[in-house]
Amino acid sequence: MNRPAKKRPELVCPAGTPAALRTAVEAGADAVYCGFQNATNARNFPGLNFTPDEMAGAIAHAHAAGTRVLLAVNTFPPAGKFGLWQEAVDLGAELGVDAFILADIGVADYAARVHPGIRRHLSVQAAASSPEAIRYFVEEFGIRRVVLPRILTVGEIRALADEIPCEIETFIFGNHGLMIEGRCSLTNYVTGLSTNMDGVCSPAAEVRYDTGVDGCVSTRLGPHIIDRFAPGEQAGYPTICKGRYFAPARGEAYYAFEEPVSLNLAPLLPELIAAGVDAFKIEGRQRSRAYVRAVVAAFRKAIDATLAGGRPELAELVALTEGQRQTEGAARTKRWR
Amino acid sequence: MALALTLGPIPYHWSAEEKRDFYARIADEAPVEVVYVGEVICSKRSPFFDRELPEVIERLERAGKKVVLASLAEVILKRERAMTAALIESPDHEIEINNNAGLFHARGRQHRIGPLINVYNEHTLRFLAARGATHFTLPAELPREAVAVLAAAARDIGVGIEVQVFGRASLALSARCYHARAYGRSKDNCQFVCEEHPDGMPLKTLAGADFLVINGIQTLSAGYVSLVDRIDELRAIGVGHCRLMPQRIDMVGVAAVFAQRIGGAIGPDEAAARLLALDLPAPLANGFWHGVAGERRVAAVP
Repeated sequence: MNRPAKKRPELVCPAGTPAALRTAVEAGADAVYCGFQNATNARNFPGLNFTPDEMAGAIAHAHAAGTRVLLAVNTFPPAGKFGLWQEAVDLGAELGVDAFILADIGVADYAARVHPGIRRHLSVQAAASSPEAIRYFVEEFGIRRVVLPRILTVGEIRALADEIPCEIETFIFGNHGLMIEGRCSLTNYVTGLSTNMDGVCSPAAEVRYDTGVDGCVSTRLGPHIIDRFAPGEQAGYPTICKGRYFAPARGEAYYAFEEPVSLNLAPLLPELIAAGVDAFKIEGRQRSRAYVRAVVAAFRKAIDATLAGGRPELAELVALTEGQRQTEGAARTKRWR
Repeated sequence: MALALTLGPIPYHWSAEEKRDFYARIADEAPVEVVYVGEVICSKRSPFFDRELPEVIERLERAGKKVVLASLAEVILKRERAMTAALIESPDHEIEINNNAGLFHARGRQHRIGPLINVYNEHTLRFLAARGATHFTLPAELPREAVAVLAAAARDIGVGIEVQVFGRASLALSARCYHARAYGRSKDNCQFVCEEHPDGMPLKTLAGADFLVINGIQTLSAGYVSLVDRIDELRAIGVGHCRLMPQRIDMVGVAAVFAQRIGGAIGPDEAAARLLALDLPAPLANGFWHGVAGERRVAAVP
């Protein structure tokens, strides 16, 4: 796809609640993404997401400010329950969302047939990591934008941009899952709730923090210890792919999948824009308004500075990353793999 | 309806010789009708066995097995894209697709859908069937109720449904090789350390509990899925094929137990007991089937 140089990429921001949505709009989001209060989206957490009335109000508010609203319907309906996903798509269309973010082939087909006039984005949950996979979804369901899995290097993204007939959105900041999204059943193995079908990863109801007599804090998901922290150490939220385990080749427990770090690709902004990325996504629908305000504002500044030919300021973003540690994940080099 | 046994692709990195011997025994002794072959997990491993593959296929076919070629689960690199495209051109064998990139090439031709493609509902099933899919092995985490709806939809349009009934469940895929990581290496420089763990590399929790198993970019359950005491349910809801996933154990013995249960020679309790008598290195689990934590083993309702 031929791309004009230095086009202005869209900043796509999380809106877990109506208040967070207003905050993101104020802080300079070009678009916000959100979901309904049920299993139809991948952040199905208590206290998050929108009722139909709230969604209507949020869309009116965002549109008045010139901000687009992207509706995540990005989980996989189990057979027999497809109706709930159909309703989410229909309701989104009725309320006037600007695009659906979709992952399931059945849901994408439904949205394309019934609401052909509404843009369709391919969720990261669809795990489309090659030109062929992306072109499949573009040709079959009229996908206009793909959200890329967080596993590609900048070089790979650049090569991909030349081979696919749709826009590219990449994650740039926030929580950094290690497994390919849409292809992980770890939570279900331990809790009986499925990330793909129920929209939950490490559900809070199954999480426990146990303080031992030595003052160490063990974090658990369901029956299993995921990690342990010394007294005074900040105990991370127990997510299976960020836990510490024993393996035969290791004398001590180690982070078998990844250290508990947070994704921050701000230093790569200029390269990513040059590679042809059309939209940058900030993770964090579960985050506070203060966090959303700070991150969105910082990225607004960073993107604008980059487009003006400067280098982005990064210090304030580093302070917001989990445990103050950050990573460029897979984006910088293949050695990450 | 008749239930047929199948053998899924070997997920682990076994040497070419081990694989050849394994398939020779399967050909001679295992009561399975279909054998899925080919490297699904890591494109770097493929060259080791590619040379042997034609002979192994011939051996299996001479023994009356139907052979299906399985595609790679993760497709990022040029060589992985080329491998996926080339597989679809296989003139003599059915193929099983395990990555969305394969769907692109397979459209309009007859193909099978593997368990690493997200087919969770009847709408997805019908869409893929309309594009040429004839047979679906469902994701390991699907509960019985969803499988029943899918099996009914499959029957209506004349496509097959297969469910994994034995072996470790695939739980997650990554771009990163966790085998290499455990040894302080990267995927490009892995020196094939995964060969050291022919039944996967065990991960124990800090409490010492067997938890997960690493196989390159794949994370599997520590427990072996077993639906040997649920065969009547599978049959009743219209599942046509039962998949055994290869483990480094007596798979011929495992296949024999399942065949006896399917044929009615033994009941569910005896089948479960005989399976355990094979001295399995891992506990049995059936939680996914019952819609509870996958690692759990739910007792059969008498």
